[in-house]
Amino acid sequence: MNRRALISRIVFSVCAALLGVAFALPLIWFVFAPFNAHADLDLALPAPPTLANFARVFANGAAVGALLNSLLQAFGTVLLVATTATLAAYALARATLRGKRVIEYVLLLFSSVVSGSAAMVPIFLIVNALGLIDTQLAVILVFAGGLLPTAMFILRDFIASIPRGYEESALVAGASPWRAFVDVVVPVLRPGVTIAAVWAFVQVWGGFLIPFVLLRSEQRMPASVEIYSFYSQAGTPIVPLLAAYSVLYSLPVIALYWYVNRKYGFRFFGGIKS
Amino acid sequence: MASIQLDKIGKSFGAVDTIHAIDLDIGDGEFVCLLGPSGCGKTTTLRMIAGLEQPTRGSIRIGGRDVTRAQPKDRNIGMVFQDYALYPHMTIADNIAYPLKVRGMAEAQRHEKARAIAEVLHIGQLLDRLPAQISGGQQQRTSLARALVHPADAFLFDEPLSNLDARMRVEARAFLCHLQRSRGMTAVYVTHDQAEAMALSTRIAVMCAGDIVQYAPPLEIYRRPATTFVAGFVGDPPMNLVAAQATRCDRGITLRGGGLEMSAFASWPALDRALDRGDRVTLGVRPEHLRIAADGAGGRLHGKLFANEAMGPESLVTLDLDGGVRVTARVFGDAPVLVEGDAAFAFDAARITLFDSAGNRIDDPV
Repeated sequence: MNRRALISRIVFSVCAALLGVAFALPLIWFVFAPFNAHADLDLALPAPPTLANFARVFANGAAVGALLNSLLQAFGTVLLVATTATLAAYALARATLRGKRVIEYVLLLFSSVVSGSAAMVPIFLIVNALGLIDTQLAVILVFAGGLLPTAMFILRDFIASIPRGYEESALVAGASPWRAFVDVVVPVLRPGVTIAAVWAFVQVWGGFLIPFVLLRSEQRMPASVEIYSFYSQAGTPIVPLLAAYSVLYSLPVIALYWYVNRKYGFRFFGGIKS
Repeated sequence: MASIQLDKIGKSFGAVDTIHAIDLDIGDGEFVCLLGPSGCGKTTTLRMIAGLEQPTRGSIRIGGRDVTRAQPKDRNIGMVFQDYALYPHMTIADNIAYPLKVRGMAEAQRHEKARAIAEVLHIGQLLDRLPAQISGGQQQRTSLARALVHPADAFLFDEPLSNLDARMRVEARAFLCHLQRSRGMTAVYVTHDQAEAMALSTRIAVMCAGDIVQYAPPLEIYRRPATTFVAGFVGDPPMNLVAAQATRCDRGITLRGGGLEMSAFASWPALDRALDRGDRVTLGVRPEHLRIAADGAGGRLHGKLFANEAMGPESLVTLDLDGGVRVTARVFGDAPVLVEGDAAFAFDAARITLFDSAGNRIDDPV
């Protein structure tokens, strides 16, 4: 019995180790390759470590501009989603509205369609009809439309957990409903808004299809699309540059996670899923 | 300060009628308690006065002004909530000063006022803390300070002491009593604790199932409860209630019930009218009006000893009557009460309250 337990333990540990290695290898590659002037898809220690890859990426104006475009689209969407989702979620959580449940389920249903690839053709046609093709506004609006319902649901649960007494005591203290919302609900809700904002940011940051379809000119493309400029005409990656650019591309998201984790911790919903 | 009038106020949630048609006239400077068991509609009534709930019918006036449809902010009230509802992201000073902030008072000035009221309530040393960093009793006083910091027309209290432990509650109660006496504030105070209502009120409105059953000064309620419900709710322990059958005889009326016997006493018009409607009555007698004795000129209750509790200044002796009802006598003094097995209480005929078969009090002889 003891022997069998030992064997099963060994087998388990070996399997776990193999699995761990399988997941760790790309990350290890990701740590070394950007600093290796001759990096390829094999794992290799850079000899000597160099920043030359980064220098070449920064010399590429389009690549840097793409990162700025990504920031513009992400912040634009986050601003729009955070504001409207907070207001809408507050109304959904607090108002006694006839047919509230139906509205919620219809929204949930549509949110998975609107952001999905299935809706790309109608979305393209609508954006085209509005004359917004090849504008950042179109990308921001389409992203925001897709993310809004889910952000609303996240925030609605946060708001539902805030005792009504907070607002009511502000109301009897002499505040208007809007004032009570701004003075009491918004500050208490800040962790929830941050969670929703980070989630929305990550969605936009990694989104490929929407900007790829709605934008035309290269100088408006975000990093998620521009990263394909580090592939040769034949479709093979230029690995050293791709690696360096990937690091730059990941940094804002890593920074954001680190900031939120330090400030609020990932205690809500067991963490943020993107 | 201002008066408050409720005129036929009613509230329905969907098809459910929670408040029927309440009339309540609260004078300027009066402290009125809404007393009743949970679910009787007392908190809903308070919330309608505050404007947090819209009445389905009827009207509300504060200081003579009709505020039935007015927003809470336009009613100029101060309110203390059961869970205190302190804003968790603001310091104690900012919490207290919030009613002044929304009225546009400058920061230095409103913090000065907050400090002054905090000193009165002995929380002056906590002004820089957050609500989560102070105790329940301190939170309660912060919430009180926030209600008092602005000169409101009326103050509303929604079971403000129910989250405190027993000792703190008595302390806070005395403090509220002092505050009421020194400020003469118009207040409506919701509670299910009859001791709080007795201690604080100028008048008590006893509520039951969406109606006000009796609205009178505390001692009036204690001495002359309007119904068996009020009699059984007010007093600790409450009034003893024993079902009895009344019989007319040559010398007047006699009462008989399980374990109860009473010498005949002269009837009076109100009792006669009640007995014309039915001979079933309920006899009520306060625990302090029972004495341990096997005989007496008035009435006697026979039963078996159930409990004998020595509380210090008094003892509570409880009997299970032969009819199955449980009655309690309060014996003053710290001397041990010696009673065993079969026992009896005696009481004077002048001390009893009679209720008719519908549970309404039969007027005393005049």
